[in-house]
Amino acid sequence: MSDIVPPEVKPKPAIPANTGPLVPPTSAIPVPVGSHSTAQSASGGSTLLGYIGIDTIIEQMRKKTMKAGFDFNIMVVGHSGLGKSTLLNTLFKSQVSRRNAGWPRDEKIPKTVEIKSVSHVIEEGGVKMKLTVVDTPGFGDQINNDNCWEPISKYINEQFEKFLKEEVNITRKKRIPDTRVHCCIYFIPPTGHSLRQLDIEFMKRLSHSVNIIPVIAKADTMTIEERQEFKQRVRKELETSGVEFYPQKEFDDDMEDKSDNDKIRETMPFAVVGSDKEYQVNGKRVLGRKTAWGIVEVENSNHCEFAKLRDFLIRSHLQDLKEVTHNIHYETYRAKRLNENGGLHPISSNGTQESNL
Amino acid sequence: MSVTADRSSVDSCLTAVFSFTAEELGGLRGLANLPNQVYRKSVKRGFEFTLMVVGESGLGKSTLINSLFLTDLYSKDYPGPSQRIKKTVQVEQSKVLIKEGGVQLTLTIVDTPGFGDAVDNSNCWQPVINYIDSKCEDFLNAESRVNRRSMPDNRVHCCLYFIAPSGHGLKPLDIEFMKRLHDKVNVIPLIAKADTLTPEECQLFKKQIMKEIQEHKIKIYEFPDTEDDEDNKLIRKIKEKMPLAVVGSNVVIEVNGKKVRGRQYPWGVAEVENGEHCDFTVLRNMLIRTHMQNLKDVTNNVHYENYRSKKLAAVTCNGVDNSKVKGQLTKSPLAQMEEERREHVMKMKKMEAEMEQVFEMKVKEKKQKLKDSEAELERRHEQMKRNLEAQYKELEEKRRVFEEEKINWEAQQKILEQQKLDASKSVSQWLQRVFTCKFKFNFSPLTCCI
Repeated sequence: MSDIVPPEVKPKPAIPANTGPLVPPTSAIPVPVGSHSTAQSASGGSTLLGYIGIDTIIEQMRKKTMKAGFDFNIMVVGHSGLGKSTLLNTLFKSQVSRRNAGWPRDEKIPKTVEIKSVSHVIEEGGVKMKLTVVDTPGFGDQINNDNCWEPISKYINEQFEKFLKEEVNITRKKRIPDTRVHCCIYFIPPTGHSLRQLDIEFMKRLSHSVNIIPVIAKADTMTIEERQEFKQRVRKELETSGVEFYPQKEFDDDMEDKSDNDKIRETMPFAVVGSDKEYQVNGKRVLGRKTAWGIVEVENSNHCEFAKLRDFLIRSHLQDLKEVTHNIHYETYRAKRLNENGGLHPISSNGTQESNL
Repeated sequence: MSVTADRSSVDSCLTAVFSFTAEELGGLRGLANLPNQVYRKSVKRGFEFTLMVVGESGLGKSTLINSLFLTDLYSKDYPGPSQRIKKTVQVEQSKVLIKEGGVQLTLTIVDTPGFGDAVDNSNCWQPVINYIDSKCEDFLNAESRVNRRSMPDNRVHCCLYFIAPSGHGLKPLDIEFMKRLHDKVNVIPLIAKADTLTPEECQLFKKQIMKEIQEHKIKIYEFPDTEDDEDNKLIRKIKEKMPLAVVGSNVVIEVNGKKVRGRQYPWGVAEVENGEHCDFTVLRNMLIRTHMQNLKDVTNNVHYENYRSKKLAAVTCNGVDNSKVKGQLTKSPLAQMEEERREHVMKMKKMEAEMEQVFEMKVKEKKQKLKDSEAELERRHEQMKRNLEAQYKELEEKRRVFEEEKINWEAQQKILEQQKLDASKSVSQWLQRVFTCKFKFNFSPLTCCI
């Protein structure tokens, strides 16, 4: 009687993972719903009985982000002549610095620290980024540099305040314009000895409100041994002064993050060289600086650590920088503000009414 | 420390000037031998030179000193001041004895660790100025002593100022420092760590610096023109290269089979003594081989004399405020006397004016006093008059009363008298009546009733 083989209720045979055409979700191939998929059970989850398509959410997010674009605000701090503008131009491979944005090269050093910001929209592979560069001319240039970090601190807090006001609004915009400083690159002069007092003071005071990435400027001043010694000394000094630069140890989520970040922390601060001029080396055109005894290649990792900085900043930790700024620095600011005034009243419209903020 | 160097030195300078062959000497009176004698004497005496280095820490000052004099003034065992962290500006000096070719040089290096390193750098040049002034003062005192056998010359002959290679221009600190020191000591600005800059950047930077130096009227050390044309050409070349861009190193590296001093980078070797790489050789030649004596002369004749005249002028004018004196440095004695006489006259006038004032004051006082006493007297007079009037009135009153009494009494008397009269009249009337009655009643003698 049992000629008929009962239909197999078993799920379709699982196709092994390594053939999966769906595995790289970042490829532009849309994932077909209903095709065989690996019914992998997540730890503690239940085995899927068929393909649902949850992993297409990554693709959806991607599409959305591409449409919306995103903004990134970077601040550069350091006294004049350390190559800040050049480094920014090199990082973003375009003329983004203040100098090229129409402002003539400053002949006179400003008497007080000024904050100047320039915005550009950069597009690559369909992704639009609104990059804002905040420059701080006049920092550390005077004879008396007391409190030269105050205008900078004030600026950062002002951006947080703006965001807070928008957030607290009753009718708020769908996408709050984000002008908060996501990352502050601090340029350390290559003395070869140790950090200056001004450097330590600045970093101590600002490491709690913004992500600081210390960088050794004009690294072609030092030979390789001098560079190693200097880096070690700088790291030790930062540790003893209690300066937590980005990536901060306390915000490592899991072991993977920790090991990655540990590796990065070992090599920080990066010794960088910037240049926007191209020269011919071995038949290739490279960015570099030409001296009488050789050409310093910017992207050669034997010469300097620019490539590492660029990968770290843009290719791997860009989103993380924004998240840390939003989740931690901004939240700290917000908590402090709300606690000190005993609560915020939501503002009815456009913040024209002054609540007891 | 004794140095055996390959090239360099004080020695070559002197021998070049003073070498005479025996034949030349033979045919002359021997006057030409004089320079030789000077030479021998000076060599025996030895030379002194004080060099000061100023600049922020990490600019390679110690390394440059080591490279210039081919010694390890600052070595691993005795690390330079920049390796130690300083909170305030200090001035430290280290002495080194260098011997070469029989010539002896006592070199003093004055270092200024902590310069420009603090957050607030106002007045960080003050310790430097104080040091230079104190050395000049020591020399002045030694010169004025009675026993002048040994006069050690510790004055600062040359100050090398290190400019950080920013590529933009001078910092406010650089300008301030040089402005304050250019008339106290020979200032030679240098661009430190010049291997940071590419040749084009270096040119631009040098031009910018020279422009700013001229703008702020800073007098850096000027190379004097000599009569020799060739030397002049060299000097002009040096002047074009100012400020000199230097690189220091004592590490010997092999390049193309040659051993050179330099810095090894992954992209090449920056040679210290290569004229195309940096201006180190220019600096060394200028400082040691050709212009060391000139630096000392300028210090002695110009900077020291300035200091001396300022100091002495301040001391001779007693009782006059020192600040006024600074403008009188170059007055002749006659003018000085004239000045003094004028001052004296002024003083007299002032005293006169004062006395007059005092006199007036006294007069006023006296007048015031007199007026006061007058007023007092008047008052008293008034009072007495009133008293008198009061008494007078009293008296009048009494008199009136008395008069009234008198009148009363008289009136009374009159009345009394009247009464008496009346009484007597009435009596007489009665008597009369009686008599008359009697007559009437004589007829009836007995009808009289009385």
